Amino acid sequence: MSESNQGMDVGYVARLACIDLTEEERGLFQGQLDQILHYVEQLDELDVSNVEPTAHAIPVYNVLRKDELGSSLDHDAVIANAPSAADGQIRVPKIIDQ
Amino acid sequence: MAELHTLTIAELSEMLSSGACTSVELVKDLLAVIDARDEKVGAYLTIDREAAMEQAHAADEARAAGKSGVLLGIPVAIKDLLNVKGQPCTCSSKILEGYTAPYDATVITRLRDAGAVLLGRVNMDEFAMGSSTENAALGKTSNPWNLEHVPGGSSGGSAACVSADEAIASLGSDTGGSIRQPASFCGCVGVKPTYGRVSRYGLTAFASSLDQIGPITKTVKDSALLLEAICGLDKMDSSSVDMEVPAFSAALGSDTSLAGMKLGLPKEYFVDGMDPEVEKAVRDAVEHCRSLGAEIVDVSLPNAKYAIAVYYIIATAEASANLARFDGIRYGMRLDGKDPAELYGRTRAAGFGPEVKRRIILGTYVLSSGYYDAYYLKAQKVRTLIRNDFSDAFKQCDAILAPVTPTAAYRKGEKTDDPLKMYLDDILTTPVNLAGNCALSLPCGFSGAGLPIGLQIIGDAFREETILRVGYAYEQTTDWHTRKPEL
Repeated sequence: MSESNQGMDVGYVARLACIDLTEEERGLFQGQLDQILHYVEQLDELDVSNVEPTAHAIPVYNVLRKDELGSSLDHDAVIANAPSAADGQIRVPKIIDQ
Repeated sequence: MAELHTLTIAELSEMLSSGACTSVELVKDLLAVIDARDEKVGAYLTIDREAAMEQAHAADEARAAGKSGVLLGIPVAIKDLLNVKGQPCTCSSKILEGYTAPYDATVITRLRDAGAVLLGRVNMDEFAMGSSTENAALGKTSNPWNLEHVPGGSSGGSAACVSADEAIASLGSDTGGSIRQPASFCGCVGVKPTYGRVSRYGLTAFASSLDQIGPITKTVKDSALLLEAICGLDKMDSSSVDMEVPAFSAALGSDTSLAGMKLGLPKEYFVDGMDPEVEKAVRDAVEHCRSLGAEIVDVSLPNAKYAIAVYYIIATAEASANLARFDGIRYGMRLDGKDPAELYGRTRAAGFGPEVKRRIILGTYVLSSGYYDAYYLKAQKVRTLIRNDFSDAFKQCDAILAPVTPTAAYRKGEKTDDPLKMYLDDILTTPVNLAGNCALSLPCGFSGAGLPIGLQIIGDAFREETILRVGYAYEQTTDWHTRKPEL
């Protein structure tokens, strides 16, 4: 972990996460997140090369439902939540120019 | 008439069934108490009085028509991250202002089926990220025992409303301690059920491998009663397990003897920096359990000290994925942009508060290419060690006794500038979520300043009956739970 941690570029990661940060936020978060990453480096004390990871706390796998038609959410109620809608559909900015 | 709002589910259920009171009287009484107190406490975000009164009338009519049930007509407050059809569900975030839930969460369906009255929506840290409810974007909640202090979090509203007698019981959610810690800070009982016990369908997800919904109540018995109603398999949540739901309230037992019970005391849980008053209250509670016949054994959870590091990697990683859905497209806030990317960036900048942004950024980082193995995979492996510690401990004991938090409720503003300091307070609660087992918190004393102190009883996976029984025996032979804050 320590060799891989060259420090996080908060501005870059925030862009990956689609969050515009102000200059002030970037500076504040950089310091706070560096401190948190430094704290989690304590995991380097442990040799876990032969340990299986735990992704999930209970042994339930591959839960499948029957391939049957069921009811879905009420269309009008869903569209009513959209910040912008027209003709029963959600409006979004243009994705492809032309 | 008795002050209905001060009573428990168990007491009110008997009164409702004997006709000593009606659900309508009960809801009216609670609404009056909310009017008188909630300006100070700030537990509620929204109350649909009309809907609550309608449900109360319906419950009284159903009872008159021969229906019965322990929750029939009992008002319950709901943490603002559970979807209730037709009501807002803001998660105390600006990004969800204006959203109206188009469906009921499964726990809500179950409460409705049981005839409970959905009283209102209570405050929380934004998207359940926090330990003091100070990260709430839409309300300010105080600790009923001292309004200058935090109620804990993230289910701060759920604990504060029960503590202030503004609700008979509530639902919260616990990802790293968010039920147990506020219950402890506000002098309530709170249960984090085993992972898989309760369906999360309709719970706004924070960290999906950790989240569980659970009750916050005035007594252990009430928690058992509420749990019975909400647990069980649900095809809408593939992580819910297909196991019979025990009659938790029947498991409480008819006497308060703990003879034959082995209770473990983990030395690692009395951490550096623990308030001596908290340590004394918990050690006194341990002695009390011994006097009830329990055998106290030393157990060790050597990897628990890594829980915060593991938790803040796993929980933020999962949160970064779960909160990707808040993008300004389908619901909630939208700030327009010339293209979708600009819209996302602006909307999420304006909609999320600082703690949510911090956690999404951290989670994005630990999952990103080149860092995944070093952070996320490593954390998952250490998670296995923490789980194994509990498995080993439960070979030696039936349940574990521990503090819930290193200190009682602290003053507002004390930790808001230092996220890591706030995180470290979760050291005694996060291991249980990582291991996936169950735990409850109940009052075991008060600090010199008059703030409640909690005892944590940790059980193996699916052993809720054991921790409820131990908690019940302790509670029935002490009187901490009978004290009320002065408001």
